[in-house]
Amino acid sequence: MSEIINAPVFKKVELILKNEFDGVLSEELKTKSSSILDGIQMPTTRTEAWKYTRLGKINNKKFSVRKGDVSDISSFIIAKDAYTLVFVNGFLNSTLSSGALPEGIVCTSINEGKTDSTFAKYIGKNLRLEEEVFNSLNTLNSTDGVFIHIGSKVILDKPLQVLHILSETNTIANLRNLIVCEKNSEAKIIQGYFSENATDSFTNVVTEVFVEENAHLTIDKIQYENDSCYQIATEQVQQEKNSTFTINTVTLNGAIVRNNLNIEVVGQNCLTNLNGTYLLKGNQHVDNHTIVDHKAPNCESHELYKGVVNDKSTAVFNGKVFVRKDAQKINAFQSNANVLLSDESTVNSKPELEIYADDVKCSHGSTTGQLDEEAVFYLRARGLSEKSARKLMIGAFVNDVLKKIENEEVKIFIFEILHQRFDWELSN
Amino acid sequence: MITIKNLHASIDGKEILKGLNLEVKPGEVHAIMGPNGAGKSTLASVLAGREEYEITEGTVDFDGKDLLDLKTEDRAREGLFLAFQYPIEIPGVSNINFLRAALNEIREYRGEKPISAKDFLILVREKSAIVELDPKLASRSVNEGFSGGEKKRNEIFQMAMLNPKLAILDETDSGLDIDALRIVANGVNKLKSKDNATIVITHYQRLLDYIIPDFVHVLYDGKIVKTGTKELALDLEERGYDWIKEEMSL
Repeated sequence: MSEIINAPVFKKVELILKNEFDGVLSEELKTKSSSILDGIQMPTTRTEAWKYTRLGKINNKKFSVRKGDVSDISSFIIAKDAYTLVFVNGFLNSTLSSGALPEGIVCTSINEGKTDSTFAKYIGKNLRLEEEVFNSLNTLNSTDGVFIHIGSKVILDKPLQVLHILSETNTIANLRNLIVCEKNSEAKIIQGYFSENATDSFTNVVTEVFVEENAHLTIDKIQYENDSCYQIATEQVQQEKNSTFTINTVTLNGAIVRNNLNIEVVGQNCLTNLNGTYLLKGNQHVDNHTIVDHKAPNCESHELYKGVVNDKSTAVFNGKVFVRKDAQKINAFQSNANVLLSDESTVNSKPELEIYADDVKCSHGSTTGQLDEEAVFYLRARGLSEKSARKLMIGAFVNDVLKKIENEEVKIFIFEILHQRFDWELSN
Repeated sequence: MITIKNLHASIDGKEILKGLNLEVKPGEVHAIMGPNGAGKSTLASVLAGREEYEITEGTVDFDGKDLLDLKTEDRAREGLFLAFQYPIEIPGVSNINFLRAALNEIREYRGEKPISAKDFLILVREKSAIVELDPKLASRSVNEGFSGGEKKRNEIFQMAMLNPKLAILDETDSGLDIDALRIVANGVNKLKSKDNATIVITHYQRLLDYIIPDFVHVLYDGKIVKTGTKELALDLEERGYDWIKEEMSL
C-alpha cells in the first residue's frame, strides 16, 4: 500500500469577511477562543462527530456581521401570552421586545447584563472551546443574546419567548445565551429561529444552561429559518440534584441544521427529557447530536426523536448516553424513528450507550422505514383517499413527539407551519 | 347488488380465482365456505381492491358500476365494506377521528354535507352500543392494544358507522370465543335491512348459527362449485369437503 503523500494543507477557519463589532464577552474568553481558532481547522467527515455532515457549503462562504432590520414580527410570535425578547442578526431589537418582568427575574440582553455577578460567574463555565470551532467562533464574535436569571423560589407565570430573526444575504449571527435557574425555581422558555429576506446566512448560537437544585426548566425550540440558511446550535446544560430539564427541538426548515445538546447531569434524582422532531424536504440536511452524561446516581433520562424525510433530504441522529462509574441506578431510554417518504432521502441514525456503572437500566432503539402500506390500505378501504390516509399516518407519527409539548400555543404554531409547508393536518 | 362473472385473479403469476360467478341481491345474506387455499380471502381482497392481485378476466358489476375500475376508497364510497380478517393496528391514529374523516370523504363523494360534530357523536354512541364496544375503545388508536375480540367488534362498529350497501365479512369469526361471536353476529343482524346485503366468508358453520344465510356457496379451487341453503353448511361441517370433490368429480 502506498502512503498518502499529500498531507492536507492547514486551512484556518475564516468565515467572517467583515465585522466592525466587538465581541460582547470578556477579553479573557475572547483571547482564549481566538488562539484556539488560530490552531484548528473546520471539521471534516473524517472527524467522528461530523461524519455525516459536510460543512463545505458553510466553509466555502464568507459571512458578514451586520445589524438587520425587521419591521413586523407578528408572524414570528409563537406565543402571545409570553414575555418576549427579539434579536435580529444577533443584536437585540428593543423596540420589538416587550413587557416588564415580575420580580426575581432578570431577562435582558447580554450587553446590558454582562456586568451582573451571576453572569460573570456562569458564562463560559462549562462550554468546551478546545477543538470546537463553532463554540470558539461564537465566544470570540458573539454580539449579543439573552441573559435569563430566574431567582431562587421564583416560579415564572408566563413563558419567556426569545425570538431570533436572520436577515439579508451572507449574514452571520453569533448569538450567545445564558440561562440560570436558581434553586427551587421554575421556568418555561420558548426559542424561535426565523429568517426574513435572508439568503445564505448563518446562525451560530450557543446557549448555556444551569438548572440548579430542585429547579425545573422546559425549553421549546422551533427552528424555521429558510432553506438557504445554516444553523449550528449548541446547548450546554448542567443539572444539579432533584432538577428537571426538558427540551423539545422542532426543526421545520433550514439548509443545514446541526443541534448539539450536551447535558451534564451532576446531581442525583434528576429527570432529563430530550424530545425532537425534524420534518424535511428538498435538499435539507438536519443533524441532531445529543449527549446525556450521567455523572450522578438515581437519575432518569428519556430521549425521543422522530423524523420524516422527503425528497433528497438527509437526517442524522447521533444520541449518546454516558453512565459514569459511580452513577448507579440510572434509567436511560433513547429512541429514534424515521419515516422515509422518497427513494432519494437518507437517514443516518446512531444511538450509542457507554456504561461504566453496573446497576443501570438503559435501552436504545432506532428504526427507519416507510409508512405501513397495510395500514394505508386499511384506511382507504374505509373511504379515505390515499393522500388523506398518508397524511393521517404521518401526522400520528410526528404527533408522538409534538404531544410532549405542553404549551398549546407552541403546538398550534407548529401545526400551522406543518399545514402550510406539507399540507398536513395535525391536531391534539 | 353485485354480480361477479367469470372472475379470474392471480398473485405473483399464480392463478387463485379461476372463473368465479356470484350474484347477490339486496336483502340477502350469502355465506362462502371452502377449504384452505380455495380463494376465499382472495375474493375478499380482490373486491376491496388490493393492488397485489391481478385481474386477468371477468367482470364485477356493483350497482351498475364497474367495481374493478374503481380505486379502493371509491369502492368504499360506493358502499362496499370489507371487515378484515386481521384488522390492522395503527398507533397514533384515533379510531374516531379517522372514522369521521372517512365518513366525511364518503359524504363529499356522494355530494352530501359533512356531518356535524354533535351528530357524529350521537352516531358513535348509537353504533358502538350495537356491538357493545366501550366508547373509550372507540376513541383510542385504531386497534392498538385491542384484544382479538375487540378488534372484530371494532370492525363491525366501523361497518355500522359507514352503513354500507354490501358488507364482506372475511373470517370475522376467527379467533373469537363464543360470547364475542354472539355479540359480533348480533351486530351484523341488527344492521341487516332489505336494502343491504352481506357476504360472510367463513371456515366454520358455527357463525352461521347466528347469522342465518339465505345461500351457502362452496368455493373450491377458485370457483364456486356448489350452492345451497343453510343446510349445506351443516353438511359441510359434518362431512368435510371431500364428498363435494367426489360429487363434482373434481
